[in-house]
Amino acid sequence: MPVDGFMYPNEIELQWSVLIVVYPFVTGLVAGAFILASLERIFHVEAVKPTYRLALLTALSFLLVAPLPLQLHLGHPERSLEMYLTPHKTSAMAMFGFVYLWYLMAVMLLEIWLDYRHEIVLFSQSTTGWKRLLYRTLTLGSSNISKGSLRVDDRVGWVVTLIGIPSAFLLHGYVGFIFGSVKANPWWSSPLMPVVFIFSAMVSGISIVMLIYMAAMKLRRQPIDMRCVDTIAQYLLYTFIIDFALEMLDLIHRIYEADESFRSLDFMLHTQLFFSQVVLQIVLGTVIPILTIGFIQIFDVPEKLRRIAYVVCGCLTIVGIFAMRWNVVIGGQLFSKSFLGYTTYKLDLISREGELVAAALLILPFIILAVLVKILPPWTESQAGFVPEPSVCELGKEA
Amino acid sequence: MITRRKLLMLLPAAAIAWEYVVAGTPEISPNYSRPEHWWGMLVDIDKCIGCGNCVRACAAENGVPEGYFRTWVERYHVAGWQQETPQVDSPNGGKNGFPPSKAAGGKNFFVPKMCNHCEDSPCTQVCPVGATFRSVDGVVLVDEKYCLGCRYCIQACPYGCRFLHPVKHTAEKCSLCYHRITKGLTTACCESCPTGARQLADLKNPKDPIHEYLKTHSVQVLKPHLATGAKVYYHDLDGSVR
Repeated sequence: MPVDGFMYPNEIELQWSVLIVVYPFVTGLVAGAFILASLERIFHVEAVKPTYRLALLTALSFLLVAPLPLQLHLGHPERSLEMYLTPHKTSAMAMFGFVYLWYLMAVMLLEIWLDYRHEIVLFSQSTTGWKRLLYRTLTLGSSNISKGSLRVDDRVGWVVTLIGIPSAFLLHGYVGFIFGSVKANPWWSSPLMPVVFIFSAMVSGISIVMLIYMAAMKLRRQPIDMRCVDTIAQYLLYTFIIDFALEMLDLIHRIYEADESFRSLDFMLHTQLFFSQVVLQIVLGTVIPILTIGFIQIFDVPEKLRRIAYVVCGCLTIVGIFAMRWNVVIGGQLFSKSFLGYTTYKLDLISREGELVAAALLILPFIILAVLVKILPPWTESQAGFVPEPSVCELGKEA
Repeated sequence: MITRRKLLMLLPAAAIAWEYVVAGTPEISPNYSRPEHWWGMLVDIDKCIGCGNCVRACAAENGVPEGYFRTWVERYHVAGWQQETPQVDSPNGGKNGFPPSKAAGGKNFFVPKMCNHCEDSPCTQVCPVGATFRSVDGVVLVDEKYCLGCRYCIQACPYGCRFLHPVKHTAEKCSLCYHRITKGLTTACCESCPTGARQLADLKNPKDPIHEYLKTHSVQVLKPHLATGAKVYYHDLDGSVR
């Protein structure tokens, strides 16, 4: 393995691979998508309503995949349950399981169930065969869809979303803390890391939902609600500005303080990380989307152009955020803790922690989402082509 | 006679006992009392000749896989005032000694490195299951039957002392030859050092010569600004050493 300068002999081999890049990327999408969903629910941003359920399902799809890269990375995956059974209280990583379970069970599943319960009950009455069995199971025995009952669902759902927002911050802020609390590594060690992770998560989550919404509308040959997409793009711009400001603050602080690690990190930024950090993350993944969406806010841009701009910006943002995770995880291991040398990361194509596995883990959430969308259509009834039989509706109301 | 009720009551106890049977019993050291010791090491840089004996002895004693190091030796070359940019090399961890230095002028010296058995060790702090821990006698150890292989501890060690065992897939590091020191022996690296550059130190033993040494010599630990409570003390450590 090519080494430039001096590295401690055990440092030459990188410990955290591309899978550990995928992990914060995926959890970031979860947190961001959920926060976008909560805009409608808590802050009553009506314009983004068409994406509310889609955002929830997107968040769930990615959340289900989130632990997989970690599991695949472990030297002894069969021992991973020990994190739940005998967690080490001083370890940031030990809390992952609990934060994850809390978010999955108490927030995501509960909120989706409450939001969909009405439809699930109707589906369980209008479908036949295995579908009927599936929906009946999903009702969890609660088939009361009276007005009062639905009002309770709505209220509880609101409370769950309210709890969900700090939980989303916790989920991803904690991921940032895992890196930010490693004092041995100056590239990671920063109190800003959890905050940067949260805002970058929001940026990526908002972008992915925007892209999925536009793609879904295209696939379903439905018109894209431009008021909705414009509003999402606005929120994307606001969070992007905060995220970029935080990242620049961190960078300026490092440059101005120029501590013992600076020379080493600066060298890395000009060489090995130049493409992924400067070109992909900062220029293509941040500056161009900010300028483009900012331009749309100021000038009157035709709808078709706006659509194209949003798709391009969304894609660039996703690439930029992935590059950001790459720069944190891989970049943080390319230099020696002696600050006297650098190593390289060789990404295998086919191995347990190789490119193919990483690509599969990034595709898997979309497959899960496609299945979820089939089971629980996020569209309004008329859009979904689902019109429950009147008698069933009436039955429900009477109940 | 064992009734069904009694059997049911016995089962949990048997399950707990079985866990210990499976885990195996620790080696017996009848005369060793953990609370009475607090282990560290003294390294005299002036005495190290870079022969690599310590690295070889450690590898042989602990079955360290090729290409990985529980201990290693670095050679520093500092030319004049350039403290911040020393030239450092450690071919194969110094296991086979060092070829003659090509660097002219300035000073050359060797720095043996190993786990610092920190009192406030960042590696034990981050372990998600507590598989790595500091024992009562101050030695940082890894329970390989419990380690997940997540490698967080490797990232957290500021000194680069840990690695993932390529076969066991668990974190690995210097154990201060715990199997030896609990039997009253010294570590393999100390034992094999021809110049006495490494000295095992029991900081709780008032008769240990370390106390007199620390009172009368200038010593330093690596990366003191990280406040890890490192217990490997270096005599005459140059400011250029990282």
